[in-house]
Amino acid sequence: MTEVQTAPVPRRNLELLLLLLALCVGGAAFFLVGSATEDNDSKNFLIQMGIMGALALVIHVLLRIFAKYADPVILPITVALNSLGLAMIHRIDLAKGTSQSSRQLMWTAIAILVAALVLWAVKDHRVLRRFTYIALLASIVLLLLPLIPGLGATINGARIWIHVGPFSLQPGELAKITLSIFFAGYLSSNRDLILMAGRKFGPLQLPRMRDMAPMIIAWLLSIGVLVVQRDLGSAILFFGLFILMIYVATARISWVIIGLLMVAVGGVFAALTMGHVERRVNVWLNAFDPEIYQARGGSAQIVEGLFGMADGGLFGTGLGGGSPYRVPLANSDMIIASFGEEIGLIGVTAIILLFMLLVSRGLRAALGARDTFGKLLASGLAFTLGLQCVVIIGGVTRLIPLTGLATPFMAAGGSSLLANWIIIALLLLISHNARRPMSGSVGPTDEIATPTTSRLKDRKAVTNQ
Amino acid sequence: MNQAIKHVWVALTAMFVICLGALSYIQFFNAETLNDNALNKRQLFREFDLPRGAILVDGKPIAESVETDDGQFNFQRKYTDPELYAHLTGYYSLANGTTQLESELNDWLTGSSSDLLFDRLAGMFTGQKAEGASVELTIDGKLQQAAYDAIPDGLRASVVVTDPKTGEILSMVSKPTFDTNDLAVHSTSEAAKNMKKISEIDGLSPYVNPAIGDLVSPGSSFKILSTVAALESDDYDMNTVIKNPASVNYPGSKDKMNNFYEGICGRRSEATLEFIFAQSCNTPYMEISQKLGIEKFADVTERFGFGQQLDIPQSVTPSQFPTKDITAAQLAQMAIGQYNNKVTPLQMNMAAMAIANDGVIMKPNMVKKVTAPDLRVIEEPKPEKFSTATTPEVAADLKSLMKGPVQSGTAMNAAVPGVDLRAKTGTAQVRNENGVPIVNSWITGFAPADDPQVAITVTIQQVDYNTGHNTAGAIMKKMVEAVFNK
Repeated sequence: MTEVQTAPVPRRNLELLLLLLALCVGGAAFFLVGSATEDNDSKNFLIQMGIMGALALVIHVLLRIFAKYADPVILPITVALNSLGLAMIHRIDLAKGTSQSSRQLMWTAIAILVAALVLWAVKDHRVLRRFTYIALLASIVLLLLPLIPGLGATINGARIWIHVGPFSLQPGELAKITLSIFFAGYLSSNRDLILMAGRKFGPLQLPRMRDMAPMIIAWLLSIGVLVVQRDLGSAILFFGLFILMIYVATARISWVIIGLLMVAVGGVFAALTMGHVERRVNVWLNAFDPEIYQARGGSAQIVEGLFGMADGGLFGTGLGGGSPYRVPLANSDMIIASFGEEIGLIGVTAIILLFMLLVSRGLRAALGARDTFGKLLASGLAFTLGLQCVVIIGGVTRLIPLTGLATPFMAAGGSSLLANWIIIALLLLISHNARRPMSGSVGPTDEIATPTTSRLKDRKAVTNQ
Repeated sequence: MNQAIKHVWVALTAMFVICLGALSYIQFFNAETLNDNALNKRQLFREFDLPRGAILVDGKPIAESVETDDGQFNFQRKYTDPELYAHLTGYYSLANGTTQLESELNDWLTGSSSDLLFDRLAGMFTGQKAEGASVELTIDGKLQQAAYDAIPDGLRASVVVTDPKTGEILSMVSKPTFDTNDLAVHSTSEAAKNMKKISEIDGLSPYVNPAIGDLVSPGSSFKILSTVAALESDDYDMNTVIKNPASVNYPGSKDKMNNFYEGICGRRSEATLEFIFAQSCNTPYMEISQKLGIEKFADVTERFGFGQQLDIPQSVTPSQFPTKDITAAQLAQMAIGQYNNKVTPLQMNMAAMAIANDGVIMKPNMVKKVTAPDLRVIEEPKPEKFSTATTPEVAADLKSLMKGPVQSGTAMNAAVPGVDLRAKTGTAQVRNENGVPIVNSWITGFAPADDPQVAITVTIQQVDYNTGHNTAGAIMKKMVEAVFNK
């Protein structure tokens, strides 16, 4: 451990204070939306913020009981982002006469309660390491679910949805977590084998095939997502996760290069063989071509988003003052553009700083974690959050082709909320593990929650870093 | 391992910073370019969500914004009597653009005019949405309807009625016409479909008001100006006897200028202007044009408004009397309103206004007053002089000359008992797109002679001679009857 050691302090009171601040931010946003659009239903916003506050308090109390050394900043940031997202969805609802925000609130409640359940049930993230291969299996099942006839559904050209009763779910969102658990578990057990065994090939150390097999399976799974389900965003996310995990486990940039080569092969294959990837790239490059702008599935969405953000300018039109509803999918894929328009460059910068802070706190938990699995898992989860933000914001700002990734905690969509709240629960647990006082001896027992005898060899190998 | 995590943090932070850079570029550095992009309809959308001021005739709205809940916009533009006013109001459409008064008065109607600056500032503090001002027109609803009824369906014709003393436009109607509501629908596909249908109507352009936008040869009605030119010179007065042969060769050509073959002109081989003007003889103007020369004509036409920019507030297409590289023969043709002599119906109405108002043309105008939402009058145009077209003496001569056609000449079919109408007819021989010879029929005049109340101009485009001549006179008669309640 090289990082600075400070006396462990729970900091739960700080969290409570920040939580109040976060709720104030969300409440203010709701209030502004209501007053600007002459929506006199102010009771509505009090109820929504009340529910939000109660839910946040549930997590807060659970943290006081089970993980009192958890990072005090993560929860308030998440609550703030979630509330802002709710306010914007409510605002688009008012303009369009839809009722997405109550649905989103319901999903927020489900997500937070599931996150609470995860906190309570897991308590110590190291337990999850036992489920390494189950996690891989779960990932495969989750990703294949939408392909089952009768269960799966194609929405907006991507077959990533399943219908369960009245709900439609994107099981791929949960696969982010299970894949992270698998990568973390597998790599924490096998990183030495991957690093040491095998032949040297120039500057590269190639691992034995059988050590890499599960990784290859995971990689193929990502390719499969892209080819079969036509979901570019998730494919990028899984590829990114794959490369990151290998890099963090091995600390070798050469592995990043190998990973990127594998991605390049997949990407070129996709671009050459699949019309929808090619079309996306074309729409991205020639967005302002009137023909492409007017085409079905053309650049109207991204261009309207750009016009909206330009209209907002530095200070924005004020919540409820602009017309973000002119942009297709204003409350989901394009929600950052909606914020850009209504709270301006300054406001949207604040939101992005919140995301940066959240991701940084996640990585900080990874740095502090005392076990390899925890380090890998926390960096994987934090990176997933960060990459999602960057890919969707990059898409909305036309830095890269637009993909259908959800802006974490903000975009309308239950599955994404659920998955991201579970990520938060896990990050909180890992940060608690990282910041809690050392109990007695620091040693092999930190690696695994329940001592097992079968993996002594691995344990010795990893403790000394 | 920790080093790798730190690198990941650096990489992610770098990506976030790049995103922030992109947002700054879009929302700050490049915002203006994006706002001005041709595809950007946000300003337009904003306008469509605000109540737009009404256009009023006789205090009643002919174009107004009514609240709607079609889900797209808060307001729908609605036109009352759309066919009657189509060429004046134009339309206010997202898909088809904005035309005519809707376009010219846009700053007032949307409230973005600088005259409404304080209302907008007040609105910022009170939170009230800016409402546009309403514009009252000088149009007389009854006369407008009378003109519309007077023009038979199927003809391509325009009627302009003005007050020569003030320049106020009392009626301006053209047929064929269309329903402006069809073009103002919010649904883009429906608007495009309707536009296509309207564009297929023969002789109609939804973008042009024929009374101020169509350039047609004036024929003999232009003799008002030619005669003014003659009387202003030292060579002619009311008593000058001018040769009036049945036909005469154009200078340097074997082609001949003829007097009208069925006309009375042939009865006299020489005559004074009184007979020539009343019977609309052509050949004397050959001599007149050669004697006066192109400069004199250029001078007179300019004073009457040819080639001048005029906004009523719609922009009027300037009438043309080309003076460059014109041969003597071409000048002779132009002196009787042929060749490249091209005018708008309003231009010939201004000619009548000049004679009616002792040689002074008042600026034609259609806006009576502009009223803010709080009923404060923001603008009330005063009558304004457009030009001195000729001297009061020459105007008086013309006034008496214009009696002839109504009393005993070409405009007899327009005469109304008890009203002293003064007028001049015109028949321009042209060919249509297929090369078939047809005519443009004109009659322009004013009444009553001693105290002119109205100047009236009727134009029928691309019609056979008999229909044109008979109908133009009949329309003129109906308009005079409508004005004087006969």
